[in-house]
Amino acid sequence: MTLSKNPLFTRHEAAAFAVLAFVIFLLLPAALDNFRLNLFGKYLTYAFVAVGLALCWGAGGILSLGQGVFFGLGGYCMAMFLKLEASTPENTSIQSTPGIPDFMDWNQLTELPLWWTPFYSLTFALIAVVIVPVIFAFIIGVAMFRRRVGGVYFAIITQAFAAILTILIIGQQGFTGGVNGITDLRTLKGWDIRTDEAKEVLYYVNGALLFVVLFIAHFVRKSKLGRILIAMRDQEDRVRFSGYDVASFKIFIFCLGAAFAGIGGAMFTLQVGFMSPTLVGIVPSIEMVIFCAVGGRLSIIGAVYGALLVNWAKTSFSESFPELWLFGLGGLFIAVVMLFPNGLAGVWTEKVLPQLTGLWKSRKSQPQKEEALQ
Amino acid sequence: MSDTPKSKDPMAVSRRAMMAGSAAFGAALFAPSTLLAQDYPTAEVNVTGLAVTDTTVTVGILHSVTGTMAISETGSVQAEKLAIAQINEMGGVLGRQIEVIQEDGASDWPTFAEKARKLLVSDKVPAVMGCWTSASRKAVLPVFEQNNGFLYYPTFYEGLEQSPNVIYTGQEATQQIIAGLDWVKETKGANSFYLLGSDYIWPRTSNKIARTHIEQFLGGEVVGEDYYPLGHTQFNSVINKIRLRRPDVIYAIVVGGSNVAFYKQLKAAGINMTEEDPILLTISVTEDEILGIGGENMEGAYACMKYFQSLDNPNNIAFVEAFKEMWGEDIVIGDVTQAAYLGPWLWKAAVEKAGSFDVDKVREAQVGIELDTAPEGYVKVHENHHLWSKTRVGLAKADGQYEVVFETAELVEPNPFPEGYQ
Repeated sequence: MTLSKNPLFTRHEAAAFAVLAFVIFLLLPAALDNFRLNLFGKYLTYAFVAVGLALCWGAGGILSLGQGVFFGLGGYCMAMFLKLEASTPENTSIQSTPGIPDFMDWNQLTELPLWWTPFYSLTFALIAVVIVPVIFAFIIGVAMFRRRVGGVYFAIITQAFAAILTILIIGQQGFTGGVNGITDLRTLKGWDIRTDEAKEVLYYVNGALLFVVLFIAHFVRKSKLGRILIAMRDQEDRVRFSGYDVASFKIFIFCLGAAFAGIGGAMFTLQVGFMSPTLVGIVPSIEMVIFCAVGGRLSIIGAVYGALLVNWAKTSFSESFPELWLFGLGGLFIAVVMLFPNGLAGVWTEKVLPQLTGLWKSRKSQPQKEEALQ
Repeated sequence: MSDTPKSKDPMAVSRRAMMAGSAAFGAALFAPSTLLAQDYPTAEVNVTGLAVTDTTVTVGILHSVTGTMAISETGSVQAEKLAIAQINEMGGVLGRQIEVIQEDGASDWPTFAEKARKLLVSDKVPAVMGCWTSASRKAVLPVFEQNNGFLYYPTFYEGLEQSPNVIYTGQEATQQIIAGLDWVKETKGANSFYLLGSDYIWPRTSNKIARTHIEQFLGGEVVGEDYYPLGHTQFNSVINKIRLRRPDVIYAIVVGGSNVAFYKQLKAAGINMTEEDPILLTISVTEDEILGIGGENMEGAYACMKYFQSLDNPNNIAFVEAFKEMWGEDIVIGDVTQAAYLGPWLWKAAVEKAGSFDVDKVREAQVGIELDTAPEGYVKVHENHHLWSKTRVGLAKADGQYEVVFETAELVEPNPFPEGYQ
């Protein structure tokens, strides 16, 4: 493989990245007030998961219905750090045991559990945001892929993991906050995350991190690894017979998707101000697959638009029709899947782009120059 | 409040004087219901930029109308809309008609937080009636505190909370629990109790209070304490343990869909609640839940809360009639629904006492407000933002209604942070 034959960014891809950057960093902040921008910040956290899914499912053919697990783990790691910072003895002086998180006090715990103590360190928490989901994904991946469990069975098992983790979090409420989750998070190293300015800063941090993730995902797609993934998706046995260790590739991509989801979860916690098991379970996990499907599972950029569009539709439908909005949303999904099986990205590449390139070609400009840059 | 040249009427002076000494005036001073908007210029009653015009004021309703909690929260939405319609018919609040922006929390706690922010930041509503589960309240609490919103929360709950931005119109745990335990000890001579509940904060906190009260104040004995995950439907093992240990009272705080399985399996296992062998006492089953459980499965059980639909007083008879007229003959009204109905009325009384929609003034005026017109009878707002209310015990009948068999002589003081019970 030489780069000149296969550039990291074709002209179309570079344009797609540029347009997305324009939308996220210029258009949305200019067009929306602070409250709406913060909502889009929340939607963007789901885009991390959708990008991971576009890699696992779209490229690798691994359909995970348990991405909420990784989103939740990342979010909880962040929330634990923030909760410890918020639970100073002064803030919690009315408790029977001041200095521990409020929900522990309600559950008659009298000291901080040992495994919580590392989360006093921000560095540890930030590493954990990525590493904990990856370790979980690695364990699941080794257990499943080494035994050649795939397809529907894998999807069902990931769902079971989502259910197990939810039950675990709810059941161990003294340690996890239970159904309520970890709430009332206030500051990050003394910086109040609840103010309007903080929300705006977090929005841009979120956008920047999303682009880092997108570049990584794009690089994976373009590399030899990316092509092996697609080969595995289409003809797994042939790849195996060619001497590749299929399971290792699957484990890698599954772990990468989990790491992305974990980062998204941590950003979610920062922007929304709490984390709860409702983001871990089966329903949110399936919703995340829907974001990816609407955007187009084959396209990482499409997945971002899918996450934004579906969540925006969810918010605006539910504001306009509080009692009927679920039907509207359901209708949207059915329409997209029936009419555009490859999602928004499919509509773009199959319908819109040929028209555009037709126009472009007829104008006879010089496309060679740009490709030579790489 | 600045002295604007617009306010020339003599009332304005006395109103300011009244506000200056509002603490001394106490709650008995009710503004008449025929206040005119022109006596209360918008510039004066709304100095913080809320959604108030010369003729209207917009409040928020934030409950789940979709998802698993919709079945429970619908009654609260209906009660709040009824109260608002009645207030509007009487001339509104400070001469302004109440308009409603309803948002759906969708049984999802992040959605609750998002919608709460929307109501406060974008819509600038001066008050929100909403939330049902503790989880949803905990999710919106930082939003209300940060944006200085004002929430009326209707559900009976575990206590351990007292926010300057929330009025709790349901009972906190000690109000609901202690009177019921005293009653079962005194009238039924009960000594041994089996505690069980769904596994989350409310049942656990409530049972902690119940255990302390039973062991330290009643001299009784707790022979078992068990929790089951939300949505659990297999209660045979606990029923066997109950049969083995033969407690005088099963104290059950099972919630939601689990109730249906629990009471049906109790009956199937031959535990005869109508003969009180053992007595079943619950704090989690209102008339709404009996609809799902079936009156025949619940017959003979006792529930301890502050309101039952069958309460025989003129306020309640009028309330039930108006509720049925608006929402249909077949509807049942549970404890939380009635508490939700109080929200708009308490807010109206506080706004009119303060002569302002501004949250800080309403908060100050809210403490000490009394309502003689509540379906449950007389209630009063405690300085800890909970309500003084009576506690009642009801006996479930086969038709799905409760017959009130006991009520406390006095109002029970709310005590969200009970010393000695924690």
